[in-house]
Amino acid sequence: MSGLSAKIDKFIEMFIDYKGYVKVLEGLSNTLLIAVLGLLIGIVIGTLIATVRVVPKYKRLPRVLNRFCSFYVALFRGTPVVVQLLLAYYVILPLAGGHMTGVETAIMIFGLNSGAYASEIMRGGIQSVDAGQLEAGRAVGLSFSTSMFKIVIPQAVKNILPTLGNEFIALIKDTSVVSFVGATDLYVAFNYIGSNSYEFMVPYIVMALIYVVMVLLITLMIKLMERRFAKSDRRN
Amino acid sequence: MIDVINLEKHFGDKNVLDGINVKIEKGDIMVVIGPSGSGKSTFLRCLNCMEDPTGGQIIFNGVDIADPKVDINLHRRHMGMVFQHFNLFNNKTVIENIMLAPVYVARSERRKAKHKNFWIGVANVFRKEKKEKYPIGQSVAEIKSEAREKGMKLLERIGLEDKADVYPSTLSGGQKQRVAIVRALAMDPDVILFDEPTSALDPEMVGEVLDLMKQLAKEGMTMIIVTHEMGFAREVANKVVFVDEGQILESAPPKEFFENPKHPRLKEFLSKVL
Repeated sequence: MSGLSAKIDKFIEMFIDYKGYVKVLEGLSNTLLIAVLGLLIGIVIGTLIATVRVVPKYKRLPRVLNRFCSFYVALFRGTPVVVQLLLAYYVILPLAGGHMTGVETAIMIFGLNSGAYASEIMRGGIQSVDAGQLEAGRAVGLSFSTSMFKIVIPQAVKNILPTLGNEFIALIKDTSVVSFVGATDLYVAFNYIGSNSYEFMVPYIVMALIYVVMVLLITLMIKLMERRFAKSDRRN
Repeated sequence: MIDVINLEKHFGDKNVLDGINVKIEKGDIMVVIGPSGSGKSTFLRCLNCMEDPTGGQIIFNGVDIADPKVDINLHRRHMGMVFQHFNLFNNKTVIENIMLAPVYVARSERRKAKHKNFWIGVANVFRKEKKEKYPIGQSVAEIKSEAREKGMKLLERIGLEDKADVYPSTLSGGQKQRVAIVRALAMDPDVILFDEPTSALDPEMVGEVLDLMKQLAKEGMTMIIVTHEMGFAREVANKVVFVDEGQILESAPPKEFFENPKHPRLKEFLSKVL
Protein backbone atom coordinates (compact mmCIF):
# COMPACT_ATOMS: atom_id res chain seq x y z
CA MET A 1 0.00 0.00 0.00
CA SER A 2 3.04 2.28 0.08
CA GLY A 3 2.36 2.83 -3.62
CA LEU A 4 -1.05 4.27 -2.86
CA SER A 5 0.18 6.68 -0.21
CA ALA A 6 2.90 7.85 -2.58
CA LYS A 7 0.23 8.47 -5.19
CA ILE A 8 -1.85 10.42 -2.72
CA ASP A 9 1.18 12.49 -1.73
CA LYS A 10 1.83 13.22 -5.36
CA PHE A 11 -1.79 14.26 -5.90
CA ILE A 12 -1.73 16.57 -2.89
CA GLU A 13 1.52 18.10 -4.10
CA MET A 14 0.00 18.69 -7.53
CA PHE A 15 -3.27 19.91 -6.06
CA ILE A 16 -1.86 22.45 -3.60
CA ASP A 17 1.76 23.28 -4.41
CA TYR A 18 1.30 23.47 -8.16
CA LYS A 19 -2.05 25.27 -7.90
CA GLY A 20 -4.10 22.35 -9.20
CA TYR A 21 -7.00 23.51 -7.05
CA VAL A 22 -7.37 26.65 -9.17
CA LYS A 23 -8.14 24.48 -12.19
CA VAL A 24 -10.44 22.26 -10.16
CA LEU A 25 -12.40 25.22 -8.81
CA GLU A 26 -12.73 26.61 -12.30
CA GLY A 27 -13.90 23.23 -13.55
CA LEU A 28 -16.35 22.83 -10.69
CA SER A 29 -17.85 26.27 -11.19
CA ASN A 30 -18.19 25.65 -14.94
CA THR A 31 -19.84 22.30 -14.34
CA LEU A 32 -22.31 23.82 -11.90
CA LEU A 33 -22.88 26.87 -14.10
CA ILE A 34 -23.67 24.75 -17.15
CA ALA A 35 -25.93 22.41 -15.19
CA VAL A 36 -27.84 25.08 -13.25
CA LEU A 37 -28.29 27.52 -16.13
CA GLY A 38 -29.06 24.59 -18.43
CA LEU A 39 -31.77 23.44 -16.05
CA LEU A 40 -33.24 26.93 -15.68
CA ILE A 41 -33.36 27.46 -19.46
CA GLY A 42 -34.74 23.94 -19.74
CA ILE A 43 -37.53 24.67 -17.25
CA VAL A 44 -38.51 27.85 -19.12
CA ILE A 45 -38.54 26.11 -22.51
CA GLY A 46 -40.17 23.03 -21.03
CA THR A 47 -42.97 25.10 -19.47
CA LEU A 48 -43.66 26.83 -22.78
CA ILE A 49 -43.75 23.56 -24.72
CA ALA A 50 -45.81 21.75 -22.09
CA THR A 51 -48.33 24.63 -22.16
CA VAL A 52 -48.70 24.30 -25.91
CA ARG A 53 -49.15 20.57 -25.50
CA VAL A 54 -51.94 20.61 -22.92
CA VAL A 55 -53.96 23.57 -24.21
CA PRO A 56 -57.12 22.42 -26.07
CA LYS A 57 -56.59 22.32 -29.80
CA TYR A 58 -59.79 23.57 -31.36
CA LYS A 59 -58.11 26.43 -33.16
CA ARG A 60 -55.43 26.59 -35.80
CA LEU A 61 -52.65 28.34 -33.91
CA PRO A 62 -52.30 25.81 -31.06
CA ARG A 63 -52.28 23.01 -33.62
CA VAL A 64 -49.43 24.56 -35.62
CA LEU A 65 -47.48 25.32 -32.44
CA ASN A 66 -48.07 21.77 -31.27
CA ARG A 67 -46.58 20.36 -34.43
CA PHE A 68 -43.54 22.62 -34.11
CA CYS A 69 -43.06 21.56 -30.49
CA SER A 70 -43.19 17.85 -31.24
CA PHE A 71 -40.59 18.42 -33.97
CA TYR A 72 -38.36 20.24 -31.48
CA VAL A 73 -38.72 17.49 -28.88
CA ALA A 74 -38.03 14.76 -31.43
CA LEU A 75 -34.94 16.61 -32.65
CA PHE A 76 -33.36 17.09 -29.24
CA ARG A 77 -34.30 13.72 -27.81
CA GLY A 78 -33.29 11.92 -30.96
CA THR A 79 -29.63 12.94 -31.03
CA PRO A 80 -26.92 12.51 -28.38
CA VAL A 81 -26.02 15.69 -26.55
CA VAL A 82 -22.39 15.35 -27.70
CA VAL A 83 -23.51 15.46 -31.30
CA GLN A 84 -25.62 18.55 -30.59
CA LEU A 85 -22.65 20.24 -28.90
CA LEU A 86 -20.28 19.46 -31.78
CA LEU A 87 -22.80 20.55 -34.38
CA ALA A 88 -23.54 23.79 -32.56
CA TYR A 89 -19.91 24.66 -31.88
CA TYR A 90 -18.20 23.56 -35.07
CA VAL A 91 -20.96 23.80 -37.68
CA ILE A 92 -23.82 26.10 -36.85
CA LEU A 93 -21.96 28.85 -34.98
CA PRO A 94 -19.25 29.33 -37.67
CA LEU A 95 -21.89 29.24 -40.38
CA ALA A 96 -23.98 31.82 -38.55
CA GLY A 97 -20.85 33.86 -37.95
CA GLY A 98 -21.47 34.01 -34.19
CA HIS A 99 -18.83 33.90 -31.49
CA MET A 100 -19.45 31.93 -28.34
CA THR A 101 -17.08 30.32 -25.90
CA GLY A 102 -17.25 26.63 -25.21
CA VAL A 103 -19.01 27.22 -21.89
CA GLU A 104 -21.63 29.48 -23.47
CA THR A 105 -22.31 26.96 -26.21
CA ALA A 106 -22.61 24.23 -23.61
CA ILE A 107 -25.10 26.28 -21.56
CA MET A 108 -27.20 26.91 -24.66
CA ILE A 109 -27.18 23.30 -25.86
CA PHE A 110 -27.83 21.83 -22.42
CA GLY A 111 -30.65 24.31 -21.95
CA LEU A 112 -32.27 23.42 -25.26
CA ASN A 113 -31.72 19.73 -24.65
CA SER A 114 -33.10 19.63 -21.13
CA GLY A 115 -36.00 21.80 -22.32
CA ALA A 116 -37.09 18.94 -24.56
CA TYR A 117 -36.94 16.46 -21.68
CA ALA A 118 -38.49 18.84 -19.14
CA SER A 119 -41.43 19.51 -21.46
CA GLU A 120 -42.27 15.81 -21.57
CA ILE A 121 -41.88 15.53 -17.79
CA MET A 122 -44.25 18.45 -17.26
CA ARG A 123 -46.78 17.28 -19.82
CA GLY A 124 -46.82 13.86 -18.18
CA GLY A 125 -47.16 15.44 -14.74
CA ILE A 126 -50.09 17.59 -15.80
CA GLN A 127 -51.83 14.77 -17.63
CA SER A 128 -51.41 12.44 -14.65
CA VAL A 129 -53.74 14.68 -12.61
CA ASP A 130 -57.27 13.25 -12.75
CA ALA A 131 -59.26 14.90 -15.54
CA GLY A 132 -62.12 15.34 -13.06
CA GLN A 133 -60.14 18.03 -11.26
CA LEU A 134 -60.12 20.27 -14.31
CA GLU A 135 -63.77 19.44 -14.98
CA ALA A 136 -64.78 20.38 -11.45
CA GLY A 137 -62.98 23.69 -11.83
CA ARG A 138 -64.69 24.40 -15.12
CA ALA A 139 -68.05 23.33 -13.67
CA VAL A 140 -67.99 26.04 -10.98
CA GLY A 141 -67.34 28.62 -13.68
CA LEU A 142 -63.55 29.03 -13.57
CA SER A 143 -61.81 29.55 -16.90
CA PHE A 144 -59.44 26.95 -18.36
CA SER A 145 -56.35 28.89 -17.30
CA THR A 146 -57.63 29.65 -13.79
CA SER A 147 -58.54 26.01 -13.18
CA MET A 148 -55.13 25.02 -14.48
CA PHE A 149 -53.18 27.45 -12.29
CA LYS A 150 -55.25 27.06 -9.12
CA ILE A 151 -56.07 23.36 -9.20
CA VAL A 152 -54.26 21.20 -11.74
CA ILE A 153 -50.73 22.62 -11.73
CA PRO A 154 -50.29 22.67 -7.93
CA GLN A 155 -51.14 18.96 -7.96
CA ALA A 156 -48.97 18.28 -10.99
CA VAL A 157 -45.93 19.89 -9.35
CA LYS A 158 -45.90 17.06 -6.86
CA ASN A 159 -45.54 14.56 -9.69
CA ILE A 160 -43.13 16.70 -11.68
CA LEU A 161 -40.62 17.60 -8.99
CA PRO A 162 -38.96 14.21 -8.36
CA THR A 163 -38.60 13.53 -12.08
CA LEU A 164 -37.27 17.00 -12.72
CA GLY A 165 -34.71 16.39 -9.96
CA ASN A 166 -33.67 13.23 -11.79
CA GLU A 167 -33.26 15.30 -14.93
CA PHE A 168 -31.00 17.70 -13.04
CA ILE A 169 -28.85 14.84 -11.75
CA ALA A 170 -28.51 13.45 -15.26
CA LEU A 171 -27.67 16.94 -16.49
CA ILE A 172 -24.84 17.42 -13.98
CA LYS A 173 -23.26 14.16 -15.03
CA ASP A 174 -23.78 14.81 -18.74
CA THR A 175 -21.80 18.02 -18.50
CA SER A 176 -18.65 15.88 -18.43
CA VAL A 177 -18.70 15.92 -22.24
CA VAL A 178 -18.21 19.67 -22.62
CA SER A 179 -14.45 19.18 -23.02
CA PHE A 180 -15.34 18.28 -26.62
CA VAL A 181 -15.84 21.97 -27.29
CA GLY A 182 -12.90 23.15 -25.22
CA ALA A 183 -14.67 24.14 -22.02
CA THR A 184 -12.94 23.46 -18.71
CA ASP A 185 -15.09 21.29 -16.49
CA LEU A 186 -14.26 18.91 -13.65
CA TYR A 187 -13.03 16.25 -16.03
CA VAL A 188 -10.63 18.62 -17.78
CA ALA A 189 -9.32 19.90 -14.44
CA PHE A 190 -8.54 16.48 -13.05
CA ASN A 191 -7.17 15.29 -16.35
CA TYR A 192 -4.80 18.26 -16.22
CA ILE A 193 -3.60 17.22 -12.77
CA GLY A 194 -3.24 13.62 -13.89
CA SER A 195 -1.28 14.28 -17.02
CA ASN A 196 1.08 16.69 -15.26
CA SER A 197 1.91 14.22 -12.54
CA TYR A 198 1.75 11.07 -14.74
CA GLU A 199 -0.62 9.65 -12.16
CA PHE A 200 -4.35 9.31 -12.92
CA MET A 201 -5.75 7.01 -10.25
CA VAL A 202 -6.21 9.42 -7.35
CA PRO A 203 -7.40 12.40 -9.42
CA TYR A 204 -10.09 10.30 -11.06
CA ILE A 205 -11.24 8.86 -7.74
CA VAL A 206 -11.47 12.37 -6.27
CA MET A 207 -13.40 13.49 -9.35
CA ALA A 208 -15.88 10.66 -8.90
CA LEU A 209 -16.30 11.56 -5.23
CA ILE A 210 -17.05 15.19 -6.08
CA TYR A 211 -19.78 14.09 -8.51
CA VAL A 212 -21.26 11.75 -5.90
CA VAL A 213 -21.33 14.49 -3.26
CA MET A 214 -23.04 16.91 -5.65
CA VAL A 215 -25.68 14.36 -6.59
CA LEU A 216 -26.31 13.49 -2.94
CA LEU A 217 -26.80 17.15 -2.08
CA ILE A 218 -29.30 17.56 -4.92
CA THR A 219 -31.15 14.43 -3.82
CA LEU A 220 -31.44 15.89 -0.34
CA MET A 221 -32.78 19.18 -1.69
CA ILE A 222 -35.40 17.40 -3.80
CA LYS A 223 -36.53 15.41 -0.78
CA LEU A 224 -36.99 18.54 1.31
CA MET A 225 -39.01 20.18 -1.45
CA GLU A 226 -41.17 17.11 -1.97
CA ARG A 227 -42.03 17.03 1.70
CA ARG A 228 -43.31 20.60 1.53
CA PHE A 229 -45.56 19.76 -1.39
CA ALA A 230 -46.92 16.54 0.13
CA LYS A 231 -49.05 18.48 2.64
CA SER A 232 -52.42 17.57 1.15
CA ASP A 233 -51.58 13.86 1.00
CA ARG A 234 -50.94 13.54 4.68
CA ARG A 235 -53.80 12.44 6.84
CA ASN A 236 -54.18 14.71 9.80
CA MET B 1 -85.71 27.81 -17.11
CA ILE B 2 -83.77 25.35 -19.27
CA ASP B 3 -85.15 24.67 -22.69
CA VAL B 4 -83.36 21.95 -24.61
CA ILE B 5 -84.17 22.02 -28.31
CA ASN B 6 -83.12 19.20 -30.60
CA LEU B 7 -79.84 18.58 -28.78
CA GLU B 8 -77.36 16.45 -30.69
CA LYS B 9 -73.93 15.13 -29.85
CA HIS B 10 -71.80 12.82 -31.87
CA PHE B 11 -68.29 11.53 -31.25
CA GLY B 12 -66.86 10.87 -34.69
CA ASP B 13 -69.69 9.19 -36.56
CA LYS B 14 -71.24 7.72 -33.41
CA ASN B 15 -74.47 9.47 -32.50
CA VAL B 16 -74.64 9.63 -28.72
CA LEU B 17 -77.46 12.16 -28.48
CA ASP B 18 -79.94 12.13 -31.28
CA GLY B 19 -82.32 15.06 -31.01
CA ILE B 20 -83.31 15.58 -27.39
CA ASN B 21 -86.14 17.97 -26.57
CA VAL B 22 -87.00 18.69 -22.97
CA LYS B 23 -88.14 21.62 -20.88
CA ILE B 24 -87.18 22.16 -17.26
CA GLU B 25 -89.10 24.72 -15.21
CA LYS B 26 -87.99 26.39 -12.03
CA GLY B 27 -88.40 24.02 -9.07
CA ASP B 28 -88.53 20.94 -11.27
CA ILE B 29 -86.78 17.80 -10.13
CA MET B 30 -86.10 15.76 -13.20
CA VAL B 31 -84.61 12.31 -12.90
CA VAL B 32 -82.96 10.78 -15.95
CA ILE B 33 -82.71 7.01 -16.09
CA GLY B 34 -81.63 4.59 -18.75
CA PRO B 35 -79.30 1.68 -19.45
CA SER B 36 -75.55 2.30 -19.43
CA GLY B 37 -74.28 3.69 -22.69
CA SER B 38 -77.65 5.23 -23.45
CA GLY B 39 -76.25 8.76 -23.44
CA LYS B 40 -77.82 9.97 -20.20
CA SER B 41 -74.51 11.14 -18.72
CA THR B 42 -73.55 12.79 -21.99
CA PHE B 43 -76.91 14.55 -21.99
CA LEU B 44 -76.24 15.94 -18.52
CA ARG B 45 -72.71 16.95 -19.42
CA CYS B 46 -73.96 18.73 -22.51
CA LEU B 47 -76.33 20.83 -20.40
CA ASN B 48 -73.45 22.87 -19.00
CA CYS B 49 -71.31 22.34 -22.08
CA MET B 50 -68.79 20.06 -20.35
CA GLU B 51 -69.16 18.26 -23.65
CA ASP B 52 -69.73 20.69 -26.49
CA PRO B 53 -73.02 19.81 -28.19
CA THR B 54 -72.66 19.28 -31.93
CA GLY B 55 -76.18 20.47 -32.70
CA GLY B 56 -79.30 22.01 -31.22
CA GLN B 57 -79.86 24.66 -28.61
CA ILE B 58 -79.82 24.90 -24.84
CA ILE B 59 -81.70 27.99 -23.74
CA PHE B 60 -80.70 28.73 -20.14
CA ASN B 61 -82.24 31.85 -18.60
CA GLY B 62 -82.95 33.16 -22.07
CA VAL B 63 -79.47 32.61 -23.55
CA ASP B 64 -78.45 29.85 -25.93
CA ILE B 65 -75.41 28.48 -24.10
CA ALA B 66 -74.70 25.88 -26.79
CA ASP B 67 -73.52 28.76 -28.96
CA PRO B 68 -69.69 28.68 -28.88
CA LYS B 69 -69.57 32.50 -28.85
CA VAL B 70 -71.25 32.66 -25.45
CA ASP B 71 -68.89 32.97 -22.46
CA ILE B 72 -69.86 29.67 -20.90
CA ASN B 73 -68.01 30.40 -17.64
CA LEU B 74 -70.54 33.10 -16.73
CA HIS B 75 -73.45 30.69 -17.13
CA ARG B 76 -71.80 27.76 -15.40
CA ARG B 77 -71.70 29.90 -12.25
CA HIS B 78 -75.48 29.60 -12.11
CA MET B 79 -75.43 25.88 -12.85
CA GLY B 80 -73.91 23.68 -10.18
CA MET B 81 -72.63 20.22 -10.98
CA VAL B 82 -72.03 17.19 -8.78
CA PHE B 83 -69.91 14.36 -10.14
CA GLN B 84 -69.91 10.61 -9.70
CA HIS B 85 -66.34 10.69 -8.38
CA PHE B 86 -66.85 13.84 -6.28
CA ASN B 87 -63.87 15.67 -7.86
CA LEU B 88 -63.11 17.73 -4.79
CA PHE B 89 -59.97 19.80 -5.32
CA ASN B 90 -57.30 17.62 -3.71
CA ASN B 91 -54.87 20.46 -3.11
CA LYS B 92 -57.40 22.55 -1.17
CA THR B 93 -58.90 22.04 2.26
CA VAL B 94 -62.63 21.42 2.58
CA ILE B 95 -63.47 25.06 3.31
CA GLU B 96 -61.15 26.24 0.51
CA ASN B 97 -62.97 23.91 -1.86
CA ILE B 98 -66.21 25.66 -1.01
CA MET B 99 -64.79 29.20 -0.99
CA LEU B 100 -62.69 28.98 -4.14
CA ALA B 101 -65.25 29.82 -6.80
CA PRO B 102 -67.26 32.50 -4.90
CA VAL B 103 -64.07 34.30 -3.88
CA TYR B 104 -62.65 34.05 -7.38
CA VAL B 105 -65.80 35.44 -8.98
CA ALA B 106 -66.12 38.32 -6.50
CA ARG B 107 -62.45 39.18 -6.84
CA SER B 108 -62.44 39.15 -10.61
CA GLU B 109 -65.49 41.43 -10.66
CA ARG B 110 -63.75 43.78 -8.25
CA ARG B 111 -60.64 43.78 -10.43
CA LYS B 112 -62.69 44.52 -13.54
CA ALA B 113 -64.46 47.43 -11.84
CA LYS B 114 -61.10 48.83 -10.77
CA HIS B 115 -59.70 48.62 -14.29
CA LYS B 116 -62.75 50.35 -15.71
CA ASN B 117 -62.56 53.05 -13.04
CA PHE B 118 -58.94 53.70 -13.93
CA TRP B 119 -59.80 54.42 -17.56
CA ILE B 120 -62.87 56.43 -16.59
CA GLY B 121 -60.56 58.48 -14.35
CA VAL B 122 -58.15 59.03 -17.24
CA ALA B 123 -60.99 60.01 -19.59
CA ASN B 124 -62.59 62.29 -16.96
CA VAL B 125 -59.54 64.55 -17.09
CA PHE B 126 -60.62 65.57 -20.60
CA ARG B 127 -64.38 65.46 -20.04
CA LYS B 128 -66.51 68.42 -19.04
CA GLU B 129 -69.20 66.23 -17.56
CA LYS B 130 -67.41 63.78 -15.33
CA LYS B 131 -68.57 60.20 -15.69
CA GLU B 132 -69.40 58.34 -12.54
CA LYS B 133 -67.13 55.49 -11.43
CA TYR B 134 -68.25 51.98 -10.63
CA PRO B 135 -68.62 51.13 -6.96
CA ILE B 136 -65.77 48.87 -5.80
CA GLY B 137 -67.69 47.31 -2.93
CA GLN B 138 -65.94 45.04 -0.50
CA SER B 139 -62.23 44.66 0.08
CA VAL B 140 -60.58 41.31 -0.68
CA ALA B 141 -60.40 40.47 3.02
CA GLU B 142 -64.12 41.12 3.39
CA ILE B 143 -64.90 38.98 0.35
CA LYS B 144 -62.88 36.14 1.83
CA SER B 145 -64.32 36.35 5.33
CA GLU B 146 -67.85 36.53 3.98
CA ALA B 147 -67.27 33.49 1.76
CA ARG B 148 -65.74 31.65 4.67
CA GLU B 149 -68.67 32.46 6.91
CA LYS B 150 -71.10 31.25 4.27
CA GLY B 151 -69.01 28.12 3.70
CA MET B 152 -69.01 27.36 7.41
CA LYS B 153 -72.79 27.75 7.53
CA LEU B 154 -73.11 25.28 4.67
CA LEU B 155 -70.74 22.88 6.40
CA GLU B 156 -72.73 23.15 9.62
CA ARG B 157 -75.80 22.24 7.65
CA ILE B 158 -74.24 18.92 6.66
CA GLY B 159 -72.64 18.50 10.09
CA LEU B 160 -69.05 18.65 8.89
CA GLU B 161 -67.97 21.98 10.40
CA ASP B 162 -65.16 20.21 12.30
CA LYS B 163 -63.73 19.01 8.97
CA ALA B 164 -63.36 22.52 7.53
CA ASP B 165 -59.59 22.64 7.61
CA VAL B 166 -58.70 19.08 6.60
CA TYR B 167 -57.89 17.91 3.10
CA PRO B 168 -60.46 15.87 1.14
CA SER B 169 -58.25 12.75 1.21
CA THR B 170 -59.24 12.28 4.87
CA LEU B 171 -63.00 12.22 4.24
CA SER B 172 -65.21 9.21 3.58
CA GLY B 173 -66.99 8.89 0.25
CA GLY B 174 -70.31 10.09 1.61
CA GLN B 175 -68.70 13.07 3.30
CA LYS B 176 -66.86 13.95 0.09
CA GLN B 177 -70.05 13.89 -1.93
CA ARG B 178 -71.90 16.01 0.60
CA VAL B 179 -69.07 18.54 0.52
CA ALA B 180 -69.24 18.47 -3.28
CA ILE B 181 -72.96 19.26 -3.15
CA VAL B 182 -72.32 22.09 -0.71
CA ARG B 183 -69.56 23.40 -2.98
CA ALA B 184 -72.11 23.65 -5.76
CA LEU B 185 -74.57 25.37 -3.38
CA ALA B 186 -71.99 28.00 -2.41
CA MET B 187 -72.46 29.67 -5.81
CA ASP B 188 -76.24 30.03 -5.23
CA PRO B 189 -76.97 28.19 -8.47
CA ASP B 190 -80.32 28.26 -10.24
CA VAL B 191 -80.06 24.56 -10.99
CA ILE B 192 -77.81 21.68 -9.92
CA LEU B 193 -76.86 18.82 -12.22
CA PHE B 194 -76.15 15.49 -10.52
CA ASP B 195 -74.17 12.93 -12.52
CA GLU B 196 -74.78 9.58 -10.78
CA PRO B 197 -74.02 11.09 -7.36
CA THR B 198 -74.33 7.82 -5.44
CA SER B 199 -72.85 5.29 -7.87
CA ALA B 200 -69.32 5.42 -6.45
CA LEU B 201 -70.41 5.22 -2.81
CA ASP B 202 -70.45 2.36 -0.34
CA PRO B 203 -74.06 1.23 0.19
CA GLU B 204 -74.17 2.53 3.76
CA MET B 205 -73.20 6.02 2.60
CA VAL B 206 -75.79 6.33 -0.12
CA GLY B 207 -78.46 7.31 2.40
CA GLU B 208 -76.73 10.40 3.77
CA VAL B 209 -76.23 11.80 0.26
CA LEU B 210 -79.80 11.07 -0.81
CA ASP B 211 -81.09 12.67 2.39
CA LEU B 212 -79.24 15.89 1.59
CA MET B 213 -80.63 15.84 -1.93
CA LYS B 214 -84.15 15.33 -0.58
CA GLN B 215 -83.70 18.35 1.69
CA LEU B 216 -82.66 20.45 -1.31
CA ALA B 217 -85.68 19.20 -3.20
CA LYS B 218 -87.96 20.29 -0.36
CA GLU B 219 -86.42 23.75 -0.40
CA GLY B 220 -87.41 24.09 -4.03
CA MET B 221 -84.01 23.73 -5.68
CA THR B 222 -84.21 22.87 -9.37
CA MET B 223 -82.34 19.62 -9.94
CA ILE B 224 -81.54 17.36 -12.86
CA ILE B 225 -80.38 13.97 -11.65
CA VAL B 226 -78.92 11.03 -13.52
CA THR B 227 -79.21 8.06 -11.20
CA HIS B 228 -79.90 4.38 -10.83
CA GLU B 229 -81.75 4.89 -7.52
CA MET B 230 -85.30 4.06 -8.63
CA GLY B 231 -86.74 4.44 -5.14
CA PHE B 232 -85.32 7.93 -4.90
CA ALA B 233 -86.67 8.82 -8.33
CA ARG B 234 -90.15 7.66 -7.39
CA GLU B 235 -90.12 9.54 -4.11
CA VAL B 236 -88.53 12.87 -5.02
CA ALA B 237 -88.87 13.52 -8.74
CA ASN B 238 -91.76 15.32 -10.33
CA LYS B 239 -90.67 14.22 -13.77
CA VAL B 240 -88.87 11.05 -14.83
CA VAL B 241 -87.25 10.70 -18.21
CA PHE B 242 -86.15 7.48 -19.88
CA VAL B 243 -83.25 7.80 -22.30
CA ASP B 244 -82.05 5.09 -24.65
CA GLU B 245 -79.87 5.30 -27.72
CA GLY B 246 -79.62 9.05 -27.44
CA GLN B 247 -83.36 9.72 -27.45
CA ILE B 248 -85.97 10.40 -24.84
CA LEU B 249 -88.35 7.47 -25.15
CA GLU B 250 -90.65 8.34 -22.30
CA SER B 251 -91.21 11.29 -20.05
CA ALA B 252 -93.83 11.24 -17.31
CA PRO B 253 -94.53 11.97 -13.63
CA PRO B 254 -93.01 9.21 -11.47
CA LYS B 255 -96.29 7.51 -10.53
CA GLU B 256 -97.35 7.04 -14.10
CA PHE B 257 -93.78 6.33 -15.23
CA PHE B 258 -93.23 3.39 -12.89
CA GLU B 259 -96.75 1.99 -12.66
CA ASN B 260 -97.93 2.44 -16.18
CA PRO B 261 -94.98 2.52 -18.58
CA LYS B 262 -95.96 2.75 -22.25
CA HIS B 263 -92.83 2.29 -24.33
CA PRO B 264 -91.89 -1.42 -24.71
CA ARG B 265 -88.19 -0.66 -24.19
CA LEU B 266 -89.01 1.03 -20.86
CA LYS B 267 -91.19 -1.92 -19.80
CA GLU B 268 -88.32 -4.27 -20.49
CA PHE B 269 -85.86 -2.01 -18.62
CA LEU B 270 -88.10 -1.64 -15.57
CA SER B 271 -88.76 -5.36 -15.41
CA LYS B 272 -85.02 -5.89 -15.10
CA VAL B 273 -84.22 -3.23 -12.51
CA LEU B 274 -87.25 -3.22 -10.25
